[in-house]
Formats: sequence, C-alpha cells, structure tokens
Amino acid sequence: MIESAAIAEREAAIVEAFALLDTWEEKYEYIIDLGKQLPPLEEKYKVADNIIKGCQSTVWLVASFSDGKVYFKADSDAVIVKGLVSLLIQVLSGLSPDEILQAQLGFLQEIGMMSHLAQTRSNGLRAMIQQMKHYALAFQSIQS
Amino acid sequence: METELPILSQLPVTDIRKQFPILQRTLHGKPIVYFDNAATTQKPMSVIDAISNYYMYTNSNIHRGIHTLAEEATAAYEATRVAVQEFIHAAYAEEIIFTRGTTESINLVANTWGKQNIQAGDEIIISEMEHHSNIVPWQLLCEEKKAFLKVIPINDAGELLMDAYQQLLSNKTKLVAITYVSNSLGTINPISDIINLAHSVGALVLVDGAQATVHLNIDVQKLDCDFYAFSGHKIYGPTGVGVLYGKKALLTTMPVYMGGGEMIKEVSFKETTYADLPYKYEAGTPNIADTVALKAAIDFMNNIGIQQIHQHEQALLNYATEQLQQIPNLRIFGNAHNKTGVISFLVNGIHPQDMGVLLDNQSIAVRTGHHCTQPLMHRFGVPGTVRASFALYNTMDEVDQMVKAIQKSIKMLL
Repeated sequence: MIESAAIAEREAAIVEAFALLDTWEEKYEYIIDLGKQLPPLEEKYKVADNIIKGCQSTVWLVASFSDGKVYFKADSDAVIVKGLVSLLIQVLSGLSPDEILQAQLGFLQEIGMMSHLAQTRSNGLRAMIQQMKHYALAFQSIQS
Repeated sequence: METELPILSQLPVTDIRKQFPILQRTLHGKPIVYFDNAATTQKPMSVIDAISNYYMYTNSNIHRGIHTLAEEATAAYEATRVAVQEFIHAAYAEEIIFTRGTTESINLVANTWGKQNIQAGDEIIISEMEHHSNIVPWQLLCEEKKAFLKVIPINDAGELLMDAYQQLLSNKTKLVAITYVSNSLGTINPISDIINLAHSVGALVLVDGAQATVHLNIDVQKLDCDFYAFSGHKIYGPTGVGVLYGKKALLTTMPVYMGGGEMIKEVSFKETTYADLPYKYEAGTPNIADTVALKAAIDFMNNIGIQQIHQHEQALLNYATEQLQQIPNLRIFGNAHNKTGVISFLVNGIHPQDMGVLLDNQSIAVRTGHHCTQPLMHRFGVPGTVRASFALYNTMDEVDQMVKAIQKSIKMLL
C-alpha cells in the first residue's frame, strides 16, 4: 500500500521537528508538551465505550465523520501516551477513510518512538492505531 | 556525596556484581540499574554455566535410561531436590515437587487437594494483598465447588488486620492461602501466627513463598505450613522451574494432577497405578536443565548466607526510603513495620507509566503498573504504582542514581 501525499507530508513535518531535538530529554519534553497541550476530552466522551484499555494507562478515542473525512479526538491519563496520541491525531485526523487505512506511520520509527508500540508497554497505543483504522473502515463502508 | 553514605553491610557487593554478566551491560551509555528484582532476579555465572554445562556434558532423559548420561542427569536432577529440601528445611526430599513455578504449584494444590477436599459451603481465606496467582485458582475452585472465598483486609500501612483474620476463621475454613511477603508492598506477614491460628480451627495453610524465599530463612517444619510454593527465577535461578513443598502425609493421599510418563507405576488400558512421591506429580519429561541449575542458585545464596543478604537489603531499603521521603509529593505505599526491600510509590500528578518511561531512558529498570495485584491497587485507590525492588547485588550508589533520576523525571513531567 502506498501512503497518501497528505499523510507523507504530515509525517515528514513531525520527523523534521524531531530532527531539531538532539537529546532524549528534548524529545520527551516535546512529547510531554504535546500531551499537555492536547485539549482534554469532554467528560461526556470519557465513557467505557470509548476506552482503549492498555494494561497500565487508559486512552479514550472518539471519531466523527463529515464531508468524507474522519476526525479524531482523544485523551489519556498518562501524559507521554497523550503526547504520542496527539501525534497520531496530527497525522490521521481530517483525512479520508482510504488514506487512514493506508497509513504506515513510519514516522514513529524515525523519531525513535517505536518502543512505545512494543507489547510490553501495554499502553494502548498499538490498540489505538488499530481502533483508528477500524473507525476508518466503518466509515468507509457507510460511505459506499 | 559518597563519604556521607553509611557503611551498611559486610556483603562484598563489588565481587558479587562481577558474577552477574548482565550487570556489566550498559544502556543509553550507562550501566543498568536493575531494581525489578521482585519480578525476577538476575542470574550469576554459576547458574548460567550450570545450564550450558548440563547441555554440553550431561544431557539425557532422567529416571529411565540405564546408560551413564541418564544416570548422571538423574543424579544432578535429584541433587537439586535434596538441595531444595535442605534450603527450606523440609523433613523429606520427596516432599519437594518440581513445577514450572509458584503459579503452577498453587494450581496443583487447588486442582488436587482442593478438588478432593473442598465442598459446598466451605470457606477458603486469602488476603487483600495476594498476587492474582493466589486469587484466581481459589476463585475457580470456589466457583466449581460452591465454596466461599474470604478476604483478610489490610490497614493503610499495608499490614494484615489480624483481628479481622481471626473473625474470619471458623470450622468452615478449610484452607488459608496466603503470601509470606507482598510483591507490591514488601510487607512481611506474621506467617507463624497465621498458620497457628488456621490450624487451631483445623484448616490447612498454603504459603505463597514467591517473594519471601529470596530474602528470608525458610523453615517449613518450624513454620508448620502444609504447603509452600516458590519460583526458581526469583531466587537467582532459571525461569521455568519452581517448587511445591507439601507435607508427606498430605501429598501421599492427594489425587494426581497431570497424567503421563514419569508419574506412573503400571499402565494398562484397564487401570493405571501411580508412582510414589514425588514422581506422582511430575508427569512427562521435566525441565531438567533448569532444575539442575536451580541447585547452583541455592548454592550461590547459601555461600553468601541469607542473614547477610537480608541485612544488606534492609540497609538498601532504609536508605532508599529515607531518600525518597525527601522528595516532595512522593507517597510510599506499604509502610509495614516488617518489610522486605520493596518500595512502591507514586508522585502526585504523575502517572506511574510516565515515570517508568523516563526512568527507563535513564537506565533505571523499575516496574510500573498493578503488579498483578489489582484488588490491592483498588484498596489504595490507584491504577498502579512505581515499584523499586532490591537484591543482594544492588548498591547505595544505585539508589542515589534512582533518586536523581526520579527528581529529573518529575521536573520533566510537571
């Protein structure tokens, strides 16, 4: 599968931003900032149905569909996960279901955050990506 | 800084550390500070050698062959049984059953003694601080038998409420299954009192020794426990081998667990008779290499001495507790009067996972999460904690590194 130009562009922008950060401290401070800046999800959305349960931290994800585009909002009780969630939203929100389904998300590797997708992290991030794609699939079938 | 450190123990830690190859490994350019010992301890070279030597020179299936290799492998395997017997002061070697670990040991008792002896309306007592491995097997058994699970509560310090325990005990109590040491809090339970009280109402006691055996002198005869379970990998031995101790009279009358080779006397399609203890519970080819190497771990601990180990770990615990208490808004969970080298903590406003990630980036290995004790986390109203747990090879300097790393993480996160 080939990623859409829009996703490639968004991922490149993130990789570029991280290229300016030399140390692990700077990278994590950046992610922590992103986590803090991501607007908290309204309480009405923080319900069991929207929970993507990791073993250690909780992620809430909601998706909406308008004009052929999928929009995501999310939150987490752990700020680093929330920062990574913010990056995923930056890349995937506001795109068509097809584009989301084709996303490879190679940027996580390039910015050195792949370890957060490791199974032992149990932080719901891997499950969150899956859930984002499930939403895209569901909206795709509504569309057609 | 270093001159301020108190002199803590007689343990030759520098020499001991040299015996652990993994402690020489660096991560992010720094030596790893391994504070996840309650999950599993690292292995000394003697244990690693015992595994590879077994495969290089002795490998053979045990108990059946009459050739030299089979005899040597059998002798090595049985030598571990005797080493374990002496280590926990059991009366007989055949009271030592090899399993895969504590979890299997507990499940073995639930599925044999439990199925034979627990009836509708009976009660099994556990505590609020149990590991899931000492909750779920009893839950399953109670469900099947329509028996009841009773739970001893704890106080805010993480100590069992012994009055409440006494109130739970009755002639309906058939078993008390309890941990000697809490994996999440480090609390050392008054196990002798617990056992005596249980026996006074005619109940048996299974002691989960997963966390205790590496820190305390274990004497199953003095304790008078009916069952004692522990894992090899938490006492500097290999993963995949554990022990169930049971009183001979009990083990003899209990039904078999798994069927297969090794555990039989005679098999015909009409009837099978079972082997004597301990083989009756060791169906199939066991984990020979790791069992053989478990003896090397016990020898390693015996050579240092459990008293010395305990003293060193207590010194680490006291020093680390003092240092951590100076960090503002840091709360320690588990302040029992009597505890092992385990510190569970949280910093206000910081998710334990965030702390764990940043500590990992500073080469500090701690455990974060619920530590397989969700009911206990519930009791304290937290999703999880950060847990640092110490072993004989840890140093004061490593504690200092952790404290510094925690302070740095707090600065980054808040």
